[in-house]
Amino acid sequence: MRNSATERPGLLWVAPALLFFGLFGLAPVVIVGYLSLTSWSGIGSPEWVGLANWSALTNDGRVRGGLTITLTLTALCWATQTPLALAFGVWAAGPQRVRAVVSAVFFLPLLLSTAAIALVWKALLDPSFGIPSQVREWFELSHSNVLGDPTLALYAIVFILLWQFLPFHMLLYQAAARQIPRSLHEAAELDGASALQRFLRVTVPQLRHTIIASSVLMLVGSMTYFETVLLLTAGGPGNATRILPLHMYNQGFVAFEMGYASAIAVLLVVLGTGLSLAVVRATGYSRMTSQREGM
Amino acid sequence: MSRTHRTRVIGSTALALSLLATGCGTSGPGGGDALQVWALEDAAVNEIVERGIEAHNASHDVPAELVTFVNDAYKQRLQVALGSPNAPDVFFNWGGGNLAQYTDQGQVLDLTPTLDDNPGFRDAFLPSVLDVAAIDGAYYGVPLLGVQPVVMYYNKPVLEAAGLQPPRTLDDLHEAIELLQSDGVTPIVLPGAQGWTQLMWFSYLVDRIGGPDVFQAVVDEEEDAWRHPAVLEALATCQDLVDRGAFGSNFTSIDYDNGSASALLATGESAMFLMGSWDIAQQMDNNPGFVENDELGFTSFPVVEGGAGDPDAIVGNPSNYFSVNSDSQHAEAATDFLVETMASEEYVDELIRAGQVPAVEGIEDQLQESDHAEFATFTHQLVSGAPTFTQSWDQALAPAAAEAMLTNLQLLFIGDITPEEFAEDMEQQR
Repeated sequence: MRNSATERPGLLWVAPALLFFGLFGLAPVVIVGYLSLTSWSGIGSPEWVGLANWSALTNDGRVRGGLTITLTLTALCWATQTPLALAFGVWAAGPQRVRAVVSAVFFLPLLLSTAAIALVWKALLDPSFGIPSQVREWFELSHSNVLGDPTLALYAIVFILLWQFLPFHMLLYQAAARQIPRSLHEAAELDGASALQRFLRVTVPQLRHTIIASSVLMLVGSMTYFETVLLLTAGGPGNATRILPLHMYNQGFVAFEMGYASAIAVLLVVLGTGLSLAVVRATGYSRMTSQREGM
Repeated sequence: MSRTHRTRVIGSTALALSLLATGCGTSGPGGGDALQVWALEDAAVNEIVERGIEAHNASHDVPAELVTFVNDAYKQRLQVALGSPNAPDVFFNWGGGNLAQYTDQGQVLDLTPTLDDNPGFRDAFLPSVLDVAAIDGAYYGVPLLGVQPVVMYYNKPVLEAAGLQPPRTLDDLHEAIELLQSDGVTPIVLPGAQGWTQLMWFSYLVDRIGGPDVFQAVVDEEEDAWRHPAVLEALATCQDLVDRGAFGSNFTSIDYDNGSASALLATGESAMFLMGSWDIAQQMDNNPGFVENDELGFTSFPVVEGGAGDPDAIVGNPSNYFSVNSDSQHAEAATDFLVETMASEEYVDELIRAGQVPAVEGIEDQLQESDHAEFATFTHQLVSGAPTFTQSWDQALAPAAAEAMLTNLQLLFIGDITPEEFAEDMEQQR
């Protein structure tokens, strides 16, 4: 006799989540896929053009350039945010007395909206009235042009994104580090492991799953960073910071080529999904094995 | 169920229903009871339009209602709203290619019959300005604001200190650039974080070198229009100015919208500034001392020796326009509102008082008496004496071409591409 209490939940139970995901997750992707095969300015009705947008996409130097910048930005963001978030997160999980106060200050950027952060930094980096003009005077530099310099502009964006997102990832690591059983550390200490050795041999391996989860969030997030770049440099100078999402926005909402913008959007969906799948596969995260077997 | 409870249920149902009903009522282009007028957020001008609306509402059944948007988001909002049930009845636009985008989709009411029925209203406007809202021979818009030519502002004390007169020719400008640099002044402030400020230099140079037909060929999408020698020479001149240090070393990150460019001119860090006539309002608001002490000078764009263009020709925004949505259920009320308000004495008076130079005939005397008579008279003379008034290229071209042009201009100014590469890329966009 089947016991209704232990039966696996039926389709009805997933319905709300499925409906929500279908409406706001899948349906837009399907519609964008359709739009990528049309020419549409946003008013009137879309006109079917087959694969014209897609062949234009492969010949568009700005898409290739944008892809390179997006991947560079993603790599730089990951390479700066992960080690710092890990270090600060583990530190914040400790028992130090100043910890709570310093952490609270550190988490402040998390409360600010992205637009506000971008505008504040833009004012701070203003070449005539911001920090660079002072620094220029002190060190007698040839210019104070941070956001207008092709290389510096990209680094400035990486730094601002680091400042903005570090607290969030730090929070993840802090929570995860507190979950690590004390007994592991105590055992290592008894065996004569130094603080550094304990960090590298106990803490980091124990945080493996958190590192992967945080990395996936960072990688996929960097594919869609957009407001910060739009407000800081609008892709400039020239095309130096024109990341792919910004190119998509410009094509869609400045040039009003919704069909072409949709093709870029599909490309971004494929890239983001591919990237996260690749990370999950390569790291064995998908096997969901335990880190604490036998404990 | 107790009696009070039941009444409450019935009451709230009725409330919900009435909310739903009003919800339906306000959607639909003027489907409800109000005439929706969309415009850009601009405190001084909004107030004037608002008063025009009040005067209109006092004597008409369908009340008008002003809805304002910030500049950057406006075009997107309008694009999405037109053709949807939430479209405005009357909407702000830039005329030219911007307006053509909507007329192509049949979204704009032809105002030619209205203008023909009201010849007095039609003839009140400067023809060169009204014509910018004409597409294929039909009028789709009515000027709403003052004329906005691009002029050369300068800092009087700074030029004097260098022993210079405002440049009349490109050679004068070259000389000034050299002298000012040796004085430690950035000769010209260029807010190059935004491509449209670079466009002002490019479009004036094209006009001075090749005359207005070069621009017309580009707008008409003629083959090889971008490869015209005047276009290439103008682009090369822009790069030459950058190389001479005309714009200093920071121009790629100077922003117009945060007021820093205007401030650099006012503080004397820079000597000259090519900008639209709207910048006078910015200076009066943010750097009032600079204007009051008569340190702000203004003149027309320098002449290029041997160029085919008329030295009096100007570039800029002839005006902004109000157009009527062809799907509007209040089309008649909307055109009535425009005819009664946009050239009325009160409206024109208030525009002048707000520092604008309306696009209407015969206002010289009023301008003389206005607060900023010198600048207003200068602008009015500049516009009425101009043989041609070339609209800003980014407003005149189709949006996709305009977007590509502005990006390419930024690349050209930082030396990433040559004039030839610019022309090639623009020809491919066509």
